[in-house]
Amino acid sequence: MLRYIARRLAQAAVIVVIVATITFVLIHLAPGDPFSAVMDNPNVSEKVRETLRAQYGLDRPVPEQFVKYVNSLAHGELGWSFSHDRTVREVLGRALPNTLLLMGVALVGSFSLGILIALIQVARRGSITDHALSGLTLFFFSMPDFWFAILALLAFTYWVPIFPVGGAVDPVMHEYMGFGARILDRLRHLALPAIALTLLASASVARYQRAALLDVLPADYIRTARLKGLTEREILRRHALRNALLPIISLIGLSFPALLTGAFFIEKIFAWPGMGYAVVNAIATRDYPLVVGGVIIGSIMVTVGSLLADLLYAWADPRLRSH
Amino acid sequence: MTPPLLSIRDLRTYFYTEAGVARAVDGVSFDVGAGETVGIVGESGCGKSVTALSILRLIQPPGRIEPGSRIEFEGKDLVTLGDEEIRHIRGNRISMIFQEPMSALNPVFTIGDQVAEVARIHAGLSRRQAWDRAVETLALTGMPAPEDRAKQYPHQLSGGMRQRVLIAMALIMKPALVIADEPTTALDVTIQAQILDLLVHLQKEFGTSILMITHDLGVIAETTSRVIVMYAGEVVEQAPVDELFARPHHPYTEGLMHSMPHIGHDQDRLNVIPGTVPAPTNWPHGCRFRERCPYSWERPEREHPPLYDVGAAHVSRCHLAVEPERRNNPHAPLVVVEGVGAA
Amino acid sequence: MPGQTQDSAATSVARPRESPLAIGVRRILRKPSSRVALFVLGVIVLVGILAPLIAPYDPAAQPDIVALKDLPPSLAHPFGTDPYSRDVLSRVIYGARLSLMIGVLATIVSLTLGVAYGAISGYAGGVVDALMMRLLDAFLSIPRLLLLLGVLVAWPRLSIGALVLFLGLTGWFGLSRIVRGQVLALKHAEFVTAARALGASRRRILGRHVLPNLVSPIVVAATLGVAHVIVLEAGLSYLGIGVPQPLASWGNIIQDGSDQIATLWWMALFPGLLMVLTVMMLNILGEALRDAYERR
Repeated sequence: MLRYIARRLAQAAVIVVIVATITFVLIHLAPGDPFSAVMDNPNVSEKVRETLRAQYGLDRPVPEQFVKYVNSLAHGELGWSFSHDRTVREVLGRALPNTLLLMGVALVGSFSLGILIALIQVARRGSITDHALSGLTLFFFSMPDFWFAILALLAFTYWVPIFPVGGAVDPVMHEYMGFGARILDRLRHLALPAIALTLLASASVARYQRAALLDVLPADYIRTARLKGLTEREILRRHALRNALLPIISLIGLSFPALLTGAFFIEKIFAWPGMGYAVVNAIATRDYPLVVGGVIIGSIMVTVGSLLADLLYAWADPRLRSH
Repeated sequence: MTPPLLSIRDLRTYFYTEAGVARAVDGVSFDVGAGETVGIVGESGCGKSVTALSILRLIQPPGRIEPGSRIEFEGKDLVTLGDEEIRHIRGNRISMIFQEPMSALNPVFTIGDQVAEVARIHAGLSRRQAWDRAVETLALTGMPAPEDRAKQYPHQLSGGMRQRVLIAMALIMKPALVIADEPTTALDVTIQAQILDLLVHLQKEFGTSILMITHDLGVIAETTSRVIVMYAGEVVEQAPVDELFARPHHPYTEGLMHSMPHIGHDQDRLNVIPGTVPAPTNWPHGCRFRERCPYSWERPEREHPPLYDVGAAHVSRCHLAVEPERRNNPHAPLVVVEGVGAA
Repeated sequence: MPGQTQDSAATSVARPRESPLAIGVRRILRKPSSRVALFVLGVIVLVGILAPLIAPYDPAAQPDIVALKDLPPSLAHPFGTDPYSRDVLSRVIYGARLSLMIGVLATIVSLTLGVAYGAISGYAGGVVDALMMRLLDAFLSIPRLLLLLGVLVAWPRLSIGALVLFLGLTGWFGLSRIVRGQVLALKHAEFVTAARALGASRRRILGRHVLPNLVSPIVVAATLGVAHVIVLEAGLSYLGIGVPQPLASWGNIIQDGSDQIATLWWMALFPGLLMVLTVMMLNILGEALRDAYERR
């Protein structure tokens, strides 16, 4: 088990290094100089140019630039965001907790909802309920994240205004609220983006989990359970679900990219001040270091997420645990 | 005369597949008395396992037990029994031991849990009581250090030990009937003997009836008192075990006996009955064995043979019963030699 | 035992040899849901191809930027007009053409790369294979959208061709892993060994013996891949770094109305509905194909 953890950690580290290399190649393959717009802009202060040069060593030979780049990355330096006039680390560091909150709520929500839907479907497999839910999950599965977010915004903040339009807190009143009211204000703002992301993500969980349960059902040990005299419901809950939980853990690992991508669009549309909001807005201002920083941090999040899921899997499977 | 414990009449279990209706079990009748050990023998595909699963109503769609089939057990017809009642019988009054001791156990629960589960369902025992009972039963099956073993997972046990777990699971409620479907096929020869001894011993101790399903006549000879030979979804011969081995009547039974491997003989070569079991979607007309039978003549092609009386409690589904002289001039060998190792 | 019974029943029915593609098509056509999906997709593709004949207006024309802008749906403009007075229905029809075309072309790029990379990795084996797979792991841990953001921000003002190329370049990772697995399995299959024993060249073995066996995963990946690219392209266009104006793509149209979502609801609703319909049908088809091949 310890050896497995060590090997898996080493793998994750290699992946992060390769990701850094890829982003470096991206920067240098770009036509001209991605920073020329900044460098030529008279409004950009000399200090920014200094940092950019120091960060990327733009006048140095490419191999040296690469070493410099990796070195600064290793120290957690992601460069200077000129649209925010702060370091990228500061901008993303401030946004990250909000993204993690949104993703965390959606992760828990979507897996609970998705598994519940799958259980209902499998308990009544072949019924109208099963088919209707299959259609519904396919519909959500096929929906572009941003479009669903727009519709949700349209429906619940304009047509039936039960949620605030955007942001993480009330822009004016939050400062004047007491502690309880502030928490409530935050929850009110979190609700719609979190629900939207949960619904989007639960579709693939439900579809995957339904298939996983149906895969487990013909197993010999399910026949043994039937033979013992368990009811179909007990078999589903006790034996099938417990075994189908292993694939669910791998699915958690696999779902991070989609969850992160979803969060990017949701944050943009609901003006949720997370990483996605910062990065997407940086596109318009061509704040390249911020976008690249977002790519790197996002990839690290995905890598760490799948690492954690793999470790959780190893722990949950008695066949792997003892090794 | 007391009625038998289990009485099966005209059991038909069909599978409705894309390729047609597979008549896997097609009109099977037999009895199992209290405390008796009955064997069912036949090649794979002859319908013996489907018969076993039908008794416990474990046939899954697209298969189903045809109306008109009867399975009487302790005065109830298992075919028409409600779902709730059949569950009360499974694992409690009738239990079953499978061939695959690995896949039949759930990999994510400890074996103690899995054995105890049966007692919790049927005896309403608490978790603690059921666990103790499971450990006791594991000890009965000859499991060494049962308290420690009960806390282990299936993958930590050897094949023989896993089979003991399944036996413990089957016996924990002291059922009236245990169906053992190829219980030793997946095991080493020495372990096979141990498991068979264990089954015989436990049967004597508990007075349980055993329905032993196997393709291995050696297992039949060692454990059973009466034998049913199945072929192509039907019973083709039935006799007390000594009678069957002394005077096999059906050419199929004869073939099975000639293809038994004998210790001391060349193990690289095996006698087999030529041909294969026909497809269950398309049983031949007349006698279903005639295409592989060395004696076959016009009558078996025309006429589906009934079960003829051929001796004391001995029946056979073969027209040789009425035209015994046909046995004298076979037009083909009963078995052919097939190399197992490199030829 | 029931399994055995059914197996022997199934093998007893001899079928004439068919290509994997024909088997897939025949199997999925048996399901009503896939027949509906094929029909709907056929109609959408036809609308895209015939866009110049069907569209009531020129999708780029701005007839009256003051009087005809931001009109809600009406008989003259069933899907309304946009802030530049362009007819949204016409733009959605042209959008179908462009979005489908991008989806198909980018998927062709992905398939080519995925098959090549997977086949080389699986066939080479050893250190080459290990290195190629590690690199693939890294690619797989960068979310595709983020990777595209990184690329597209560096290349402002991309042509459609370049956009297609980049969408294709970021879409082959999953397939190449499947292909590699298949090639590994096939490498030691008996008919490949036989071909090698008969003196067939590497290229011939790959082309004649291995590739035909990859048809089923490729067909599935292609169908689901087109769906994925359509959604991605729409997302990028919505973020303003996809299809450039004045061309119309579904994401693009939604982007045009995104500043005034509350008033211009028709600009998000109609192109989005058509996109969801298309993607849903592609997913139905892709999953039906996967089921059809897995049951073999």
